[in-house]
Amino acid sequence: MNLILELWTVVAVVVGAFFFFAGTVGLLRFPDSLTRLHALTKADNLGLGLVVLGLLPQVDSVSAGLKLVCIWLLVLLSGATAGQLIARTLHQGESRS
Amino acid sequence: MTDVLNIGLSVLILGLAVWTIVAREAYAAVVGFIAYGLLLTLVWVQLQGIDVALTEAAIGGGLTGALLIGAAARLRGTETAARAERPRSASRCLAAGVSCAVAVALAICVLALPEPAPTLAPEVLANMAVTEVGNPITAVLLAFRAMDTLLEAIVLLFALIGVWSLAPDRAWGGRPGLLQAAGPNGMLAFAARALAPIGVVTGMYIFWIGADHPGGKFQGATILAAMWLLVMMAGLADAPPISRSWLRGLLVAGPLAFIGIGAVGAVQAGAFLAYPEGFAKPLILVIEFALMPSLTLILGLMLLGAPQRGKAP
Repeated sequence: MNLILELWTVVAVVVGAFFFFAGTVGLLRFPDSLTRLHALTKADNLGLGLVVLGLLPQVDSVSAGLKLVCIWLLVLLSGATAGQLIARTLHQGESRS
Repeated sequence: MTDVLNIGLSVLILGLAVWTIVAREAYAAVVGFIAYGLLLTLVWVQLQGIDVALTEAAIGGGLTGALLIGAAARLRGTETAARAERPRSASRCLAAGVSCAVAVALAICVLALPEPAPTLAPEVLANMAVTEVGNPITAVLLAFRAMDTLLEAIVLLFALIGVWSLAPDRAWGGRPGLLQAAGPNGMLAFAARALAPIGVVTGMYIFWIGADHPGGKFQGATILAAMWLLVMMAGLADAPPISRSWLRGLLVAGPLAFIGIGAVGAVQAGAFLAYPEGFAKPLILVIEFALMPSLTLILGLMLLGAPQRGKAP
């Protein structure tokens, strides 16, 4: 049982780290702001989500696990809002010019 | 493993510091500075300075970063003109030389410190029981070195007066900041409605837990001020005109309560800011509760800037 949980942690954190890596590469390489935004929010949402899910079996108490999940949810909320705001600003800038 | 992390962190911080200095655009430099502040937070966590880490994240990275972004946005129009009059290479070399000399002198001072470094920490721990506070940082900030904290609060108030004094005459007494045009059904309004309750609870928690664990009024007040700003940016509330007497009363209430308790200590306990025996914890709580709203308002209003819209009818 323990081995399975350890394995789950390793796999989920590695996949999460891969999403951060891919998101960073996308942020640097994608051609325009909207696709760069797409890469960035993927890294935040999926990458952090997988890291949190992977760390859940390793926490000592239920409250620590809840805190981790709360952090993920807050990042989801702020990431989605910031992404929308940036995209809207881009959109308005395009339609004006 | 930790060594690898620490070395990587140091390299990243040094790189970001250099980037912040050499970046050509003010905006890029500010973004570098904010990332630098967040990495510095990790350094303080590594050094077990959780209180300092919290303050660095809230004030060094967050609040200062937001102030600098506002400044960079204002300067954007004049930036090309300012770049044209770059100082000559001789004076730039001189500036770099002086900076490097200061850095080397500081490094020599730090490396020359005796081992172990002189410290008052054992005395703080030995005398902490008198204050009935569980967090040694809070004991230092509000009992042993309360004078510093009092002066910090007063300096912040003066800074706000300085910001306000930039107001044009016709806007004096009016509302600070620009009127926000965001719609009540927009994305930002949704985020403000969802996030503000969580942020207020978190800010109050960090304020209250400061007595026994890392936290305190400065960090809590920064979070509360951020939530206030978010609600105002989303257009759900407007900034109060700075001529309101309740506002001005709350702004000075914290420092005045602090000075008042200090004066009582001068009469009762023989020294300014000394607490009478047995009353240390209640008096510290009174000061914290009085300072909290003042600091929240000062920090929020400082970010809003000088009044720009005329007096309310």
